[in-house]
Amino acid sequence: MLPDLLVAVMFIVASVVGLMSIGGLLTWVERKQAAVMSDRIGANRAYIRLPFTNIKLVWLGLFHGMADGLKMLFKEDWKPRTYDQLTYTLAPYVVFTPVLLVFAVIPFGGMLDPGQLIPALAPFFGGRTYPMQIADLDPGLLIVFAFSGLTVLGTMLAGWSSDNKFSLLGGLRAGSQMISYELVMGLTVMGLILIFGTVQLRGMVQHQSGMIWGVLPAWGIFYQPLAAVLFLTAAIAENKRIPFDLPEAEAELVSGYFTEYSGMKMGLFMFAEFVEIAIIGALFTTLFLGGYNLPYMSDAGFTLPGGHVVAMGHGVVVLTQVLVFLLKVAVLCVVQIQIRWSLPRFRYDQMLKFAWKLLLPVSLANLSVTAVLVWLQQRGTA
Amino acid sequence: MSAEPRTPLSESSSGAAVVPAAALVQLQRGTPRYDATAYRRKAYWNAPTMTWWERAYLPEILRGLSITTGIFLRNLTRWMTGKKGAITTYYPEERRVDYAPRNRGKHILTQRPDGTPQCIACNMCATVCPAKVIEIEAGFDAKDPAHPKYPVRFEIDYSRCVFCGLCIEACPEDAIRMEPDVPNLASTDRFDMWLTMDDMLTWNPRQDVAKPYPPKGGAPIARGDVSSTP
Repeated sequence: MLPDLLVAVMFIVASVVGLMSIGGLLTWVERKQAAVMSDRIGANRAYIRLPFTNIKLVWLGLFHGMADGLKMLFKEDWKPRTYDQLTYTLAPYVVFTPVLLVFAVIPFGGMLDPGQLIPALAPFFGGRTYPMQIADLDPGLLIVFAFSGLTVLGTMLAGWSSDNKFSLLGGLRAGSQMISYELVMGLTVMGLILIFGTVQLRGMVQHQSGMIWGVLPAWGIFYQPLAAVLFLTAAIAENKRIPFDLPEAEAELVSGYFTEYSGMKMGLFMFAEFVEIAIIGALFTTLFLGGYNLPYMSDAGFTLPGGHVVAMGHGVVVLTQVLVFLLKVAVLCVVQIQIRWSLPRFRYDQMLKFAWKLLLPVSLANLSVTAVLVWLQQRGTA
Repeated sequence: MSAEPRTPLSESSSGAAVVPAAALVQLQRGTPRYDATAYRRKAYWNAPTMTWWERAYLPEILRGLSITTGIFLRNLTRWMTGKKGAITTYYPEERRVDYAPRNRGKHILTQRPDGTPQCIACNMCATVCPAKVIEIEAGFDAKDPAHPKYPVRFEIDYSRCVFCGLCIEACPEDAIRMEPDVPNLASTDRFDMWLTMDDMLTWNPRQDVAKPYPPKGGAPIARGDVSSTP
């Protein structure tokens, strides 16, 4: 009981701290990447001066995120005069918490055997192994959708309770947009569920550890390339980022559903967006890029074609798996930021038309073709 | 005033009496009223005319992303190989080299051949200044009867200066000019944005065509009773 609790607490702390720091880092990555791709320099002025010296640490402007956070913390918590106090205060948390909760079911590594990692602790753990994941729940994917659907509530609450026309419009837009794209997101993932035969995310990742015809890694993106594109599109729309940032379109709605928020409450909305970039990356990695898997890699090490076996210790394997997962997530974060700084914003009617008249039929067609193929394959084998 | 409602030709179902028989026949035959392929009216003046490849959306999106990614990678490699991957000038650490030759951004005080400012502290510039940014404190020099007044303090508040150049036009002694430069004013304190006389006595007469130094013709440097100003 106690070892289980210890490991669980360790995973939770590591995940929350990791997500928060990735979110904070992404604010810097976003600014810097946007600057570099538009021939600018980007944030590079904030510094930390070593005490009693004149040495200023700039570190490519990494401290700008900290400066922003501090600024938001110390800003006046301004509120509109006529607002719904309870929902107004609740909304940022309703947006932020589910984003973090989604990560609970995402596996970021294989099996962890703490006794093998630290031999001194072997009797304490008694040979038990733990999946590297906060909660290895059977309805994994369903939980992801349940929690990511909750953020709609937060945005609508924020829009309603601010007592502002722009906020209300933003909230309404957020509601209809997120519900439309949630549908597409669910339908694109259905194909994977049919292929892998499970909604448990760890099971899905384990299904992706092999190879197809000995050439391609058996990742979801090779089974369902169209679904991968659709999923990423819908996920970006779900995150309300450009080109789908209609709920907070600053040219039309000041800043949409969080116009009336200031200080750290506004910061929570912004931060939730950045954490969600990482969450989308993690989800896409888990579903389509084989999670923590590398080609030819298993829990014992690499088994290269031609019979070469590169044996690796348990610690190295665990470290490799976590690093591979983080690397894939990082690449996806960069891709999302690249998309955000390359594409222009949709018009609102175009955005909804895009969801209902293009993405939905295409994902339905993708699902039916997948279903027929899976059925044919199962009939062939049975 | 005829109050009779006009029935559209194609839309009326019960108004057969209104529709001319010839038109009806035409409609029943399904003859188009105009050749749609010959003239298709645009919805608005710059309605997009895209090919099916462009309308397929995804390829064009990928093309756009490849352009931005290419620029990103190009600039990133420039930064990582020690070159500058941006066209930004790092003010105030860097100074732009491409200021226009006619840019007049900084005041200088011209000097007499012995290095004293040519200014006679007459306050004309301070009077004409529309932004009231020039402050002059005059001193009295009994040993120089030609220029008994001289500036002890000559300061310009650059946080308010509008760079109109009226001070230069007002000066009777050609003592103040503007040069193609910018003052280094990056500061968090507006009281650091004053240029003092020391900052403005940077005139290099050797390069000045109008006032060569030493004066041409080898005339002795006039001091005392004779004015050195032509």
